[in-house]
Amino acid sequence: MSYAADVAALTRKDLLLELRAKETLPAMLLFVLSALTIFHFALPHGTDDKASLGLLWSALIFTALLGLTRAFVAEREQGMFDALILTPADRSAIWLAKALSVLAFLVAAELVALPAFAAFFSGIDGRTVAAVALADIGIATVGTLFGAMAVAGRARELLLPLLFLPTAIPIVVGGVGGYLWFLALYDAIFAVLSWAAFEYVVSEV
Amino acid sequence: MRLPALAAITTGLMGAALALIFFYAPTDADQGFSQRIFYFHVPIALTSYACFGWGAWKALRYLRTRDERADLESYVAIHQGVIFGALTLITGSIWAKASWGVWWSWSENQLVLFLVLFLFYCAYFMLRFSVAPGPQRANLSAVYALFGVVLIPVSILAIRLSERFIHPVAFNEHGTNMAASQFFTFCVALVAMLALAATMYNVELAGKRLDARLRELREALQ
Amino acid sequence: MSTEGKYVAAAYLVVFVVLLAYVLILALKLQRLGQEVAELVELAHKRREDREPDKAVAVG
Repeated sequence: MSYAADVAALTRKDLLLELRAKETLPAMLLFVLSALTIFHFALPHGTDDKASLGLLWSALIFTALLGLTRAFVAEREQGMFDALILTPADRSAIWLAKALSVLAFLVAAELVALPAFAAFFSGIDGRTVAAVALADIGIATVGTLFGAMAVAGRARELLLPLLFLPTAIPIVVGGVGGYLWFLALYDAIFAVLSWAAFEYVVSEV
Repeated sequence: MRLPALAAITTGLMGAALALIFFYAPTDADQGFSQRIFYFHVPIALTSYACFGWGAWKALRYLRTRDERADLESYVAIHQGVIFGALTLITGSIWAKASWGVWWSWSENQLVLFLVLFLFYCAYFMLRFSVAPGPQRANLSAVYALFGVVLIPVSILAIRLSERFIHPVAFNEHGTNMAASQFFTFCVALVAMLALAATMYNVELAGKRLDARLRELREALQ
Repeated sequence: MSTEGKYVAAAYLVVFVVLLAYVLILALKLQRLGQEVAELVELAHKRREDREPDKAVAVG
């Protein structure tokens, strides 16, 4: 089977699993709305737009973390990682497929989160939407790699946020400031790095 | 280089550096006496970068050769990097207090960068403690160490950009216009600090290797 | 000492203390290694006893 076909098959598997279980996406949606609500109460009155934009990004990062933690649950609990490694597919195809499905979840969650934010706080312009799209790519690529790392450890739910958050800081900076070129640069660098490194992350030897 | 020789050189250099810092370097016209913290703070920061860089290099060697020793060397280098990183944050904070009366300043690029790196590399240790010793742990550590070294320039860029919306405050030039005597003192302090890191690195490495050898011996005797 | 001087002293003091802490940790490690080596010497002697129980063993 070709590389693209492998990736497509694996991505389809993840999306189908979610479609049947309906666990992760509803949780992410609920979480992002709750987070935005809490942030509204956490902010004093008369806070300007820039500050509330910061809250949008905080909510997005933490919602993404929720989705990422769930992303590898199936593999962990049913020992599917070993099965996946045994497939003739290139290891990096596994990474790409997982990253694509995480991306799909993120986009789906944001289709609700962004309009909600526009309603609760201030409007969203095209630039922010573009920034969110670019950030999603960065989150999905890096998050998937770190998610696979965290699976190998003991305190997985604790480990993933610890690994992910420092690396996600530049994404937030690029997002809040609207520096689209910076986000694109971040995506390019870390996507290549994650793609190349995944092989080592899942090998047992 | 043999460890005792390295340690001796470090002692000499550090002594010379301290002598220069307190008896030779002139008091800075702008910043006064507290500027002397700079002679330790910046070399410590640069040494920390060097340690993380060395750790990443050893990580790369590990991924290529799968030699356990490279994994240990990478780990010890990053450990040193975190120690010097913590010192950077502490000395930087003291300097901020001395210069501007605040313990922390978000517009101090180096402090913010080190905070991010400190968070990142502390997670490295969490990762290592979370995974059972073996090839998998070594693989994960190596990959993470490489991510760290890539993150450094990316974060520098991000922090520069973030200045524009956090709040623009005029920041000091850290001695780009230094007198020759100041620059000389700085260079000696830098080399001394790097030598110190190299010594501590080798000491720790020797200790850990000894642990491993003793374990081997114990197994052979039982 | 001026307040400025105190801050400079504090910065250098922190570095000094960290180095001394390192020395302390090394001392503890050395002690532990010494104990471990003593145990292993015991083990080695025992092994030799088991193999050649009548031969005189050199001490020291």
